Amino acid sequence: MAMYNFEQKYRVRGGTLLGGDLFDFWIGPFYVGLFGVSTIFFAALGTLLIVYGAAIGPTWNIWQIDIAPPDIKYGLALAPLKQGGLWQIITICATGAFISWALRQAEISRKLGMTYHVPIAYSFAVLAYVTLVIIRPILMGAWGVGFPYGILAHLDWVSNTGYQYLHFHYNPAHMIAISFFFTNALILAMHGGAILSAANPQKGQPVKFGEHENAFFRDTIGYSIGTLGIHRLGLFCALSAAFWSAVCIVISGPFWTQGWPSWWNWWLQLPIWR
Amino acid sequence: MKSMDTIKALGAVAALAVGAVAFFTLERPPVNVVQRGYRGTGLDEIYNPRHLAAQADLNKVPAMLPQLQVGPLAKTVYKNVQVLGDVHVGEFTRLMASMTTWVAPKQGCGYCHNVNNMADDSKYTKKVARKMILMVRAINSNWTDHVKKVGVTCYTCHRGNNVPQYIWFKNDGPPEAGGFAETYTGKNLMIGPNHSSLPYDPYSIFLKEDPQTIRVQATTALPGGDRHSIKQAEWTYALMIHFSSALGVNCTYCHNSRAFGDWSESTPQRVTAWYGVKMVRAVNTGYLEPVQSLLPSYRLGPSGDGPKVFCKTCHQGAYKPLYGAAMAPNFPELYQPAADTTDTGAMPAAAPPTAAPPTAAPPAAAPAAAAPPAATPPAETPTAPAPAAPTRQPPQP
Repeated sequence: MAMYNFEQKYRVRGGTLLGGDLFDFWIGPFYVGLFGVSTIFFAALGTLLIVYGAAIGPTWNIWQIDIAPPDIKYGLALAPLKQGGLWQIITICATGAFISWALRQAEISRKLGMTYHVPIAYSFAVLAYVTLVIIRPILMGAWGVGFPYGILAHLDWVSNTGYQYLHFHYNPAHMIAISFFFTNALILAMHGGAILSAANPQKGQPVKFGEHENAFFRDTIGYSIGTLGIHRLGLFCALSAAFWSAVCIVISGPFWTQGWPSWWNWWLQLPIWR
Repeated sequence: MKSMDTIKALGAVAALAVGAVAFFTLERPPVNVVQRGYRGTGLDEIYNPRHLAAQADLNKVPAMLPQLQVGPLAKTVYKNVQVLGDVHVGEFTRLMASMTTWVAPKQGCGYCHNVNNMADDSKYTKKVARKMILMVRAINSNWTDHVKKVGVTCYTCHRGNNVPQYIWFKNDGPPEAGGFAETYTGKNLMIGPNHSSLPYDPYSIFLKEDPQTIRVQATTALPGGDRHSIKQAEWTYALMIHFSSALGVNCTYCHNSRAFGDWSESTPQRVTAWYGVKMVRAVNTGYLEPVQSLLPSYRLGPSGDGPKVFCKTCHQGAYKPLYGAAMAPNFPELYQPAADTTDTGAMPAAAPPTAAPPTAAPPAAAPAAAAPPAATPPAETPTAPAPAAPTRQPPQP
């Protein structure tokens, strides 16, 4: 396979986290590594099990395929394969694949002499998933409170689980998470607009760079966070969004059983005006 | 770097503040989960067992005297027995003694009776009690679609109080402008049902005669003929929050939230609740508003209306009053005599629209024939934690 001349110097062996030289090679442009192999293994097995679940299920309609978790009565035990056991194995596969992928990112970071920003950032998404299907079910004592693997089914679960707490928008951590998600979307749009504008000037004009972007934002909103700062801010907002969304679901159930609007009564009960 | 230290210090303070609020306001595991639909649909009730234990203590069945179906009929022994005349005198005195402990344990017989002449009707409480016995009979005999075989007694609502703890009066709230200048529409004051900031008096609107329509959700995907306003939706939500806090359940006890209005995806409890709404309206209209004229002014609300019932009057935080303990069957005189069909409060002729949820099975994930709210509270724990693993039915293509 063709290789750019500069690729050569990045293809350094060593720096693996586990297994030494095992799988420490490339296939074409792709680094393999022990965790690449484990990613492939878990992802392929999990996907095939989903296909199997669809095959024994009532529909091949892509929207309606649903791999549901076990009944609550099974608690934290294993359930029969067709009564949620499939969901349990698929959850193990998904978690295995996601963690493998993060570790593969860490190995590549080490090879390239980078810091671990990439695996750390990705880990927040994994944390949110693990919180939903492993941490929260363990805290509530049943795998059955995990969400089902199905396009429409998981949306129905989200809706009903929200209504278990009457009005989920009153969940304080949900408020924080939403604020970060929306802020993240806003600053990404502003940043993307600035870059597209700077990189596509009018005919006959030179391409613009950082100082033009700074000048634009100083003129419009009075402040420019700068070319490096915007990426730091973006990372912070994105990770905070994922983190607080994990918090908002893990407190719903294990740490709060009533309607979320009632939680705010603590404010009314403060001794200074009670 | 100074600024870095400042940021770290601020972060530490923020973390401490969040941690303190979380520690002092949140609950903790373990929690109870009661599955009420097909697995994975999220149709679950979530209970804190510590809260439930406290609730269970508040909803215990009191000691009951043994039945005494003996003696001549009450009307042959006592004077002026207008309602319970055909009850055996043993049963009659047992009911009177029971009513005393249920309604006036401190005041005793004298709360309703002139103790020098028990037949005397001079006390308002006696006339009200008579009407209330008729009400209890009508509920137990005519509203079995709501009260089933559990039924109600005076104790269901009164619990040893002269006036039941949970009642409602018309609430005009603070004065506010109307028409175009209307702002509050009765909300944003945190005095609504269950401390919500929803409209504070949905009861006057929905739980009396000539009620507004509760159902506000559009039945089509796109805006079409549905003219319900946000304001109407908030009234409905206020009523629903009352249902929820009165029964100690969440929205999914009756509804599959993917389609609130769809009977075929709702649980059977929604049908029970539908009859309950009709029953509460009939009770308020047929029994409580008529006794208003008998009541002294200190029993009336700020607007001069008498006390009325809603779900919480009986339920008091339990999904079934007294957690489903069937007290009423021990008091056969609290059912209408077979021949007596004169009293009002008849069942509504029409059943809920397209009811019949129990067999519901929408595509793929069916909320299923929801199991009885098993486990959780004491008293009724019939069929184990049986979330009735429902059969999956093939969806329509």
